[in-house]
Amino acid sequence: MQSAIRTEELTKDYAVGFWRKRPHRALDRLSIDVAPGEVFGFLGPNGAGKTTTLKLLMQLIFPTSGRAEILGQPVGAVAVRRRLGYLPENPYFYDYLTAEELLGYFASLFGYVGPERRRRVSMLLDRVGIGAERRMQLRKFSKGMLQRVGIAQALINDPEVVFLDEPMSGLDPVGRREVRALMLELRDRGTTLFFSSHILADAEALCSRVAILAGGRLTAIGQLSELLAFEIRGWELVVADLRPELIDRLGDVVRHHAEIAPGRYALELTLAEPPERLLAEVLGAGARLVALNPLRDTLEDVFMKHVAEASSHRMTTE
Amino acid sequence: MRAIRHIAVNVFRESVRDKVLYNLVFFAVLLISASYLLGQLTAGQDVKIIKDLGLAATSIFGLFIAVFIGIGLVSKEVERRSVYGVLAKPVRRHEFVLGKYLGLVLTLAVNIAVMAVALYLVLGYMAWMTPANVQAAWDAPALDPALLKAVFLIFVELCLITAVALFFSTFSSSILSAVLTFGMFVAGHFDADLKNFDQVVASPAAGALARGMYYVLPNLASFDVKADVVHGQPVPWALMGLATGYGLVYIAMLVLAAMFIFSRRDFK
Ligand SMILES: Nc1ncnc2c1ncn2[C@@H]1O[C@H](COP(=O)(O)OP(=O)(O)OP(=O)(O)O)[C@@H](O)[C@H]1O
Ligand SMILES: [Mg+2]
Repeated sequence: MQSAIRTEELTKDYAVGFWRKRPHRALDRLSIDVAPGEVFGFLGPNGAGKTTTLKLLMQLIFPTSGRAEILGQPVGAVAVRRRLGYLPENPYFYDYLTAEELLGYFASLFGYVGPERRRRVSMLLDRVGIGAERRMQLRKFSKGMLQRVGIAQALINDPEVVFLDEPMSGLDPVGRREVRALMLELRDRGTTLFFSSHILADAEALCSRVAILAGGRLTAIGQLSELLAFEIRGWELVVADLRPELIDRLGDVVRHHAEIAPGRYALELTLAEPPERLLAEVLGAGARLVALNPLRDTLEDVFMKHVAEASSHRMTTE
Repeated sequence: MRAIRHIAVNVFRESVRDKVLYNLVFFAVLLISASYLLGQLTAGQDVKIIKDLGLAATSIFGLFIAVFIGIGLVSKEVERRSVYGVLAKPVRRHEFVLGKYLGLVLTLAVNIAVMAVALYLVLGYMAWMTPANVQAAWDAPALDPALLKAVFLIFVELCLITAVALFFSTFSSSILSAVLTFGMFVAGHFDADLKNFDQVVASPAAGALARGMYYVLPNLASFDVKADVVHGQPVPWALMGLATGYGLVYIAMLVLAAMFIFSRRDFK
């Protein structure tokens, strides 16, 4: 099947320095392939190259080398732009237009006219929660309101592929939940979503696949379940009616313990030995089993590990 | 084509709401009206001074509009990154540049028309107040249609200045573009003097440089028929045609260069 988004060794050097310009590699040979209908999370610390990648995909900047395709056509083709939506990072539009006029203007660039244009504009502004303020000039909008307008304008043409650069930035908790719901709704309609974010909980809630970028390089990519699955880091054992002196006898395999109610303990076990033996011992001493759960890394742990690896790698190569 | 039209209309709408524009037009109209008072103070009650001041105000305030709003066309969009949203739409970059330019030309046309109407109103009032025998002594009638020739060439000149502003703003910051455009305006008015500069200076290098600049810089003096019109001298249609053609060719080159540069640049 044709990919929705594909990059091949995509690389971008910025010229930095005032007197003597030298190249600064913002993105280093990025190759990714996103299938239609996927929700793809693009994660990475500040300065990782996320915005750079999105700008390359929108052809706002030209790559130093490598190539990128959207819906099977080279980026920049006008035919492709008809079918995509883009929310820039910290969007900014025209001071003197109202939200309604801005969306109307963008809708007309797609060829919508008359009642159809009006319908789309008001439907989308409703959808992102811009009420009567839609008749206000954008220079009077707050950051979060502008962000909402930015999301609305990215969807004005019912795009097949939507690129969002930090969609949750500047939004209040209600706004975040609304945008999350909106993204899920788009996913259910089969829209391909590609978004960058710092908020790992959003990625965990929304994405089918994520990529982690650090220092311009791809350090991890895969299904969330894959990335998180093999990273079990221990077990959590909850037992009731346990005599506390038994815990000391269990030894180092108990990394951590806490009494959560009288006689009821939560034990965090390392991977040093399988939990079955311990379980047998504890139950043999008269305790009751309440729960035994594997402790997995959260996306945050995975993220931290990959980012740390990338920066230590960079230090050794530089 | 559709994109170009919508972008142009949007430029017009945005600039109409910009306070800068209101202020400029307000001051121009004020100045034109004030020229009536000056006309009253001078002996002979000639309308010359009103025409002189009125045309000068149209030209100077038009220049401010062309530069300040013209620069904002592209470099401000790039600096504030509003360009990101538009260029992700099905719009080619050269269409964006052309749409911006045409939008400003439209804005200029409307503003110059407002100033011209103000000028004619003042002149009409003056003629109404003045006895026929006094009017007979004037070089040209108060409501001389030839004034429109001067106004039209001011418009062409301002379109050219706008193209200069557009050109600079496709690759430099707004402040630098404003400085460069004003510089070009001043130099353009002294352009004719550069041609024979080598006869005044000793250094052949300076002479050659001046001659080179003479060919590169627009010769803005060729759009200035204000004095002729005010003094009732005829302005031949051939001259009008030539100046307009010259302006159009120059504008076309600048706009094409602007499109070319804009289509290849990165937006950082
Ligand atoms: N216009 C520019 N000129 C020079 N360097 C740049 C430019 N834009 C970005 N960079 C550099 O490129 C690298 C990647 O930046 P980018 O904006 O893509 O990061 P990001 O992942 O979006 O970060 P954030 O999470 O903070 O938005 C950074 O090192 C940055 O300094
Ligand atoms: Mg970014």
